[in-house]
Amino acid sequence: MRRGRSVIPRQTVRLAVLALASVVTCIAPGADRAQVSTSPMSPAPTTASAATEMQMPEMGNQIFEHMLFNQLEGRTDGLSSEFRWDGEGWIGTDMNRAWFKSEGFAGNGIVSDGDIEAFYDRPVPRLRYFDGQVGLREDIDSGPHCTWLALGIEGLAPGFFEFEPTLYIRDGGHVAGRITGSYDLLITQRLIAQPELEVDFYGKSDPPRRLGTGFSDLDTGIRVRYEISRKFAPYLGFAYAREFGGTATFSRQAGESTADPRFVFGLRVWY
Amino acid sequence: MQRRNLSRYMPVSRRDFVHALAIGGTMAAVAALRGWSAFAASTPRTPAILTGTDFDLKIDSWPVDFTGRRSFATAVNGSVPGPTLRWREGDTVTLAVTNRMKKSASIHWHGVRVPADMDGVPGLSYPGIDSGETFVYRFPVKQSGTYWYHSHTRFQEQTGLLGALIIEPQYGDPIEFDREYVVMLTDWTDTDPETVFGNLKEESEYYNFHQRTVGTFFSDVRRHGLRSTISDRLLWARMNMTPTDFADVTGATYAYLVNGNPPRANWTALFRPGEKVRLRFINGSSMTFFDVRIPGLLMTVVQADGNDVEPVVVDEFRIGVAETYDVIVEPKADAAYTIFAQSMDRSGYARGTLAPREGMTADVPPMDPRPLRTMVDMGMGNMGGMNMAGMDGMTEEDMKDIRGMNMGGDQKTAAGAEAGGMDMQNMPDVKMDGAGERSAPGATQVFRSETENDAPMRMGNDQGTIPFPQPGPGVMAVVVEPMAGYRETKLELSNPVHMHLGPEVDMVPAHVTKRLNDAGDGLNGNGRRVLTYADLRARYKGADGRPPTHEIELHLSGNMQRYIWGFNGKTFAQSEPIDLKLGERVRIVLVNDTMMEHPIHLHGLWSELENGHGPFNPYKHTVIVKPSERVSYLVSADTPGQWAYHCHLLYHMQAGMFRAVVVS
Repeated sequence: MRRGRSVIPRQTVRLAVLALASVVTCIAPGADRAQVSTSPMSPAPTTASAATEMQMPEMGNQIFEHMLFNQLEGRTDGLSSEFRWDGEGWIGTDMNRAWFKSEGFAGNGIVSDGDIEAFYDRPVPRLRYFDGQVGLREDIDSGPHCTWLALGIEGLAPGFFEFEPTLYIRDGGHVAGRITGSYDLLITQRLIAQPELEVDFYGKSDPPRRLGTGFSDLDTGIRVRYEISRKFAPYLGFAYAREFGGTATFSRQAGESTADPRFVFGLRVWY
Repeated sequence: MQRRNLSRYMPVSRRDFVHALAIGGTMAAVAALRGWSAFAASTPRTPAILTGTDFDLKIDSWPVDFTGRRSFATAVNGSVPGPTLRWREGDTVTLAVTNRMKKSASIHWHGVRVPADMDGVPGLSYPGIDSGETFVYRFPVKQSGTYWYHSHTRFQEQTGLLGALIIEPQYGDPIEFDREYVVMLTDWTDTDPETVFGNLKEESEYYNFHQRTVGTFFSDVRRHGLRSTISDRLLWARMNMTPTDFADVTGATYAYLVNGNPPRANWTALFRPGEKVRLRFINGSSMTFFDVRIPGLLMTVVQADGNDVEPVVVDEFRIGVAETYDVIVEPKADAAYTIFAQSMDRSGYARGTLAPREGMTADVPPMDPRPLRTMVDMGMGNMGGMNMAGMDGMTEEDMKDIRGMNMGGDQKTAAGAEAGGMDMQNMPDVKMDGAGERSAPGATQVFRSETENDAPMRMGNDQGTIPFPQPGPGVMAVVVEPMAGYRETKLELSNPVHMHLGPEVDMVPAHVTKRLNDAGDGLNGNGRRVLTYADLRARYKGADGRPPTHEIELHLSGNMQRYIWGFNGKTFAQSEPIDLKLGERVRIVLVNDTMMEHPIHLHGLWSELENGHGPFNPYKHTVIVKPSERVSYLVSADTPGQWAYHCHLLYHMQAGMFRAVVVS
């Protein structure tokens, strides 16, 4: 599962932050301004002058921001423990948003399998509950650190399934894919079980990063949270991570296990 | 409320009070005095009553405690809700409104026909009232009835900037009563409304703690069997919608208040047995529909939205946000009665008491079972065995524009064949009165004049450019069609509906029905006589007898998950104003493409609801459109200017369900 371990390279973080910042400044506010300028009250025959002086109400074009950590948890199998985070946040209007995602593991002072992503996000016409996302992904781990071009959708599939497939491309003809899905099962109004699944694909073997071709790994689990409030929900659960194919072979050669079942405990928080 | 310390704020308030006293005259002084002492006390309080022609209103941030937690509200003259204003028809009123807060504010006179620049909508009528400024409203009062006022700036209405507005008829009230009370129903949250709005954007079910769970699944299996439960669950799941959607903001955060009193404070109205008591119900809440009843008493509805209606005796009525109903009750016994107003989603209630003496209480009834949305609400036809209307005469071509249940780009056209076998007989409200039987754009409509019995009289081209009077005992129908017998007029749709089917829209119902006879979800078959829109028959003939010259059809649209709301698939920010020609008479057809009720409010002009009573169609300012319902009303564009037109659910409005109507 772990595709290399290292302390986060400072440079990488800086690069990622820069990427995020540029996406925010270039895309989201620019698009906003464009919408504001098309004032709905342009031809107001009776009180045209008054209308132009007046500040139009904002209705329907407001900027919101949210940040959600779906997983902020400790994972343990009794022998070793690690910390896992998986979160996302967005800022923008209904139509134009800057979107950030990050996930990774931390244990024994090192961070592994982590990445940070920044997207421009926009609803997809005809897909009622899906947003299209285009942006960058920066891997935070050892070896040659990679920057991927990312292209994906995220939203609610029929049946209330959260569904988030993303395609990644980088130099050297590398193509990768990641599909994330989850479902909220209400046991009671506040006790909610969330089965979740994440799978990764790689189009090309990448030995320095210990990745084989094809279906490389899976991280699945079920978490039962109690929503003390909607925004603050501690949970317990079980997670199972597993590697496949060439990726698993790399791990076996390094003497690491390819299957990793663990108990998890953590917090789901958002604001 | 119990231990509030107001001393810090008293000096300011006293000064206000003295000022109001000087201006408002003796009656106001007495009323205000009573109001004040009540406000400071721990027992239930009633907002002060200010009477006269000159008013001095101060808007300020004010400490309140409705829930046991101290927070800040937006007050008028130190009162939440604000003082009740009593005007007199025929007077010219002057209202100096001073904003003492750091941010901009406004006051809109809801349902009052005023010149456009006096309407109090920032951005349309005026720029709003800036911090420290005073805006002086001055206009003649040409109507009577029960109305209310509220802020039109962001969420100030939610934080308490509202109050009752009573206009006494100039020549005596045709409604008989011995005493009267305002019953202002509101919803209060300690959470900053901006946060509430943000929460809904991120998670539209944030405040719904009555969703379907594993537990309800098993109880449904026991009741309906495994098969039908699973197919029902799958049906809703396929659409990503939940039948428990009745209120976006619920009792999970709201306290429901009567005249600013939570249920435990038990606001009490006194009566002597045998008296006729007039209760002026005003729904001044931001998001809550109430189902109101007084167990043990029949209520006679005599007025709706400020306009007298033929008396209707009911056990219960649903009052949408911003609507008003005046009812007469005649308690004969020397006993207390509970005024019980449960929220439509049954997540809480407001409560007061009618009693012969202070301190008496009556039983508070349990709330009704929580209702569920049905396939009728989803516009998916008669799956529940209900009769469908509004589908008659629909051609294949028409159906193309209805689009079936448009879900996620999967364009499934509803079978036109289904429309054939509909039972029209059991829908008494479906009369061929021209009330928009045509169900799709592009078709023409045969109009049948309702004024055939009036004396023929042709008016000039300037007809309707002077505001029509409110219908009343002495008001004649001003304009009449010059025809004896029925006259057929072809009505062209002035705006072929271009539904913008973007991410702003998550459903388009295949079956739009007329639901005027429907009391509303959760009220049908509860064993009580519940008021419906079809029951509302104006007491006086409408002032404008002309037929409409064209139709404007608007679809109420939204995307629940994204929490985007609008008209025709567009938010206010994306849309152009609706233009009306001064003097013209138009029919507005509203089609609700969502599964929520929307109270639609047109500023400045009356909405004459077409509910089958012809010249006696009721005048309203706010019209509820039920899920997948088609409703129409006539509008005389007799007052020029820019008018707001919007859903009165505050968060829907702020999310884009707002249009400007320009009369010129």
